[in-house]
Amino acid sequence: MAAPRIIVVGGGLAGLAAVIKIAEAGGHVDLFSIVPVKRSHSVCAQGGINAAKNLKGEGDTTDKHFDDTIYGGDFLANQTPVKAMCEAAPGIIDLLDRMGVPFNRTPEGLLDFRRFGGTLYHRTAFAGATTGQQLLYALDEQVRRHEVDGHVHKYEGWEFLSSIVDSKGSCRGIVAMDLRTMEVRAFQAEAVILATGGNGAIFGKSTNSVVCTGSAQSAVFQQGAYYANGEFIQVHPTSIPGEDKLRLMSESARGEGGRVWVPRTPGDKRPWKQIPESERFYFLEEWYPKYGNLVPRDVATRAIHKVVYENGLGIDGQPMVYLDLTHIDRETLNRKLEGILEIYEKFVGDDPREVPMKIFPGMHYTMGGLWVDNNQMTNIPGLFACGECEYQYHGANRLGANSPRQFIFGGFTAGPIAVKYAKNVGAAEGDGGTAAEIARQTEMNRQLLKNEGKENPFRLWRELGVTMTEHATVIRYNKGLKQADEKIVELLDRFQNVSLADRTQWANTSFAFTRQLYNMLELSRVIVQGALLRDESRGAHYKPDFPDRNDEKFLKTTKAAFTGAPEGPRFEYEDVDTQFIKPRPRRYDAAK
Amino acid sequence: MAKTVKFEIKRQASPDSPATWENFELEWRQGMNVISAMMEIAANPVTAEGKPTTPITYDSNCLEEICGSCAMRINGKARMACSALVDNLEQPIKVEPLSKFPLVRDLQVDRSVLFENLMRVKAWVPVDGTYDLGSGPRVFPQQQEANYPLSNCISCTCCMEVCPQFNEDTNFVGAATIAQVKLFNNHPTGKVFKEERLRALAGDGGIQECGYAQNCVEACPKQIPLTNAISDVGRDVVVQKIKDFLRG
Repeated sequence: MAAPRIIVVGGGLAGLAAVIKIAEAGGHVDLFSIVPVKRSHSVCAQGGINAAKNLKGEGDTTDKHFDDTIYGGDFLANQTPVKAMCEAAPGIIDLLDRMGVPFNRTPEGLLDFRRFGGTLYHRTAFAGATTGQQLLYALDEQVRRHEVDGHVHKYEGWEFLSSIVDSKGSCRGIVAMDLRTMEVRAFQAEAVILATGGNGAIFGKSTNSVVCTGSAQSAVFQQGAYYANGEFIQVHPTSIPGEDKLRLMSESARGEGGRVWVPRTPGDKRPWKQIPESERFYFLEEWYPKYGNLVPRDVATRAIHKVVYENGLGIDGQPMVYLDLTHIDRETLNRKLEGILEIYEKFVGDDPREVPMKIFPGMHYTMGGLWVDNNQMTNIPGLFACGECEYQYHGANRLGANSPRQFIFGGFTAGPIAVKYAKNVGAAEGDGGTAAEIARQTEMNRQLLKNEGKENPFRLWRELGVTMTEHATVIRYNKGLKQADEKIVELLDRFQNVSLADRTQWANTSFAFTRQLYNMLELSRVIVQGALLRDESRGAHYKPDFPDRNDEKFLKTTKAAFTGAPEGPRFEYEDVDTQFIKPRPRRYDAAK
Repeated sequence: MAKTVKFEIKRQASPDSPATWENFELEWRQGMNVISAMMEIAANPVTAEGKPTTPITYDSNCLEEICGSCAMRINGKARMACSALVDNLEQPIKVEPLSKFPLVRDLQVDRSVLFENLMRVKAWVPVDGTYDLGSGPRVFPQQQEANYPLSNCISCTCCMEVCPQFNEDTNFVGAATIAQVKLFNNHPTGKVFKEERLRALAGDGGIQECGYAQNCVEACPKQIPLTNAISDVGRDVVVQKIKDFLRG
């Protein structure tokens, strides 16, 4: 039998991890990515990767890591896969180390570990402050090696449009578009793995990269895949506001001792240096004495939101607080945090070694995603998902430095299972639905090119981002969520009048963007309506009108299914696997 | 009228089309960079003269100077557009594509040559497999601190764009690839390919094409010690050549 043909869409950590496993198992991979895979969004992960290696004599164990992750996620994550991931993590770190990731070292030449949010242990391995970049490069290099050996064929500069689904409902390949020639082409495969990342672009400005639109997830959602826990998105407490995006200021800044504060007096006009220690409000340290500045992200985000909007203590009355590293010596900062400090210096113009940074929360991570089973397979047989585009590892809130580990673990899991599936699946009937799917996509493109309306897609996108950020991020009210859904319906309607300023068929980026925009609009309804229905507060999902967690009603995974009806998706709920750790109240003002 | 920013952007619809310049005048905003200006043009594609035009095609992704996508020539200098803050630039801000790579459209060029070069020099650590084989080799902090900067290369190709020797006559691989050779030859496992990598840099287009103009190290947005890497690897290539000669 010929080697199974598998398609992987997305070349970040999860996608590349899957590719490597498939190539090792003797399979052939067609790897699709909008950007050259080395430029994927995983490069932006800064702080590190978690594994309970216990190299600091603290008695850390994978069980404790498992408990921190479940607790941090407010008990919404299915426990079986999370447990497996925490147990696999130390081995994954060792592998990355063998691949040449330049992790920071102890004087004895061993891996060094730092502390991160939501834990009391030094559990985070790191390579300066550019860990994601270093991890991605290590996998990229291994994939290049398999490419030379002929196991991998890269399609860089291609955009995924849809999956090909046969008459029995199984996935048989994908339709993709060449972003230079704009050619729409079908690619057949026995199994398809999506590793297409998060959906930050739905919120307009976020810490995500330009390609993180959620378009691929939305496309398969519209083809019948369930989308789970869409309402759970993570707003990172410390981002640097910018005109084009919000740049992340890594949690490692706090992990290395950074302190968050505001002046105690509202509207204090004094420069920061003239404000004495007694007149500085270190609100995280006062409110959460046990974890201090290293409370989990949702807790820190809401605290900053509160201190700015309720207590009116933002710097200069602006929505900003100080993140202060100036008490740490330059040499230590340069050794451990240089990469992120340079980002701040370059994009803001101040040296954070000398002047406290000004930061504010920004949309950062998509906890929800495509529903998958314990084999990383969606409800469309043959269509797998791993990485940020699926839902199952972080529950209601992700802990810092847990994502790179999840991406690699998810890819390592999905790859071999996809190979096994591909070997047993058997041939498709007829063309497996290929001609019909090509025709559907070609028609969508034709329609878009001939539209003669007045709407500019980039302006529609801005309106979407403003609405989503206002109503569906840190604090949610049902009234606002309803308004947001109405706004999205209006935008979907106006989308029918989108007119492209550029109708050429060569490297037409606005055409590709407009296709993504439609998918963003469809997916944003999943987020907003899912949030509307969840009348409780859990992890990153916070409703002042329902301030408590309600396990009786909502210790459940939200599953959204596409209907095509004007009222939007259909929702159902699934029990969470809590067989190992019984849910208990989650609080960070004391030890758990 | 509110404070504005003036741009001159080079446009070219396809590799065979003629190049033209278009002027844009945008409202100034705090913290504006070249990317946010192009986003603004996409939302309102009209030139300074009021003529409707098309959104500009350019590569970009992370906008944090870590993915290496948005390299272009800004006021004549090869650099990343995301970190090009408008307030630090002389106006009108002239934006052009990199000149040493095949043009795709507008500011987008094809830089795949760098990834091909990385294949040629086997820029990877040949691990036995991805199954659990225990921890990696010990690496002392001093060695990590020497390797880490080399591993920060974002493949933006600015070093190749500014190199007088990087052209079709020489086929020179460029500084980025040479620095990666140094990185992998330094690695305890990666160095098993040391000889092969050095031989790959010994032939046509290899390290001897370097003219020591030192433009690369000045252009590098990541301050990678490129000239040091070139001299270290250059010495190793010479030693390798002598060894190979003596071995016959």
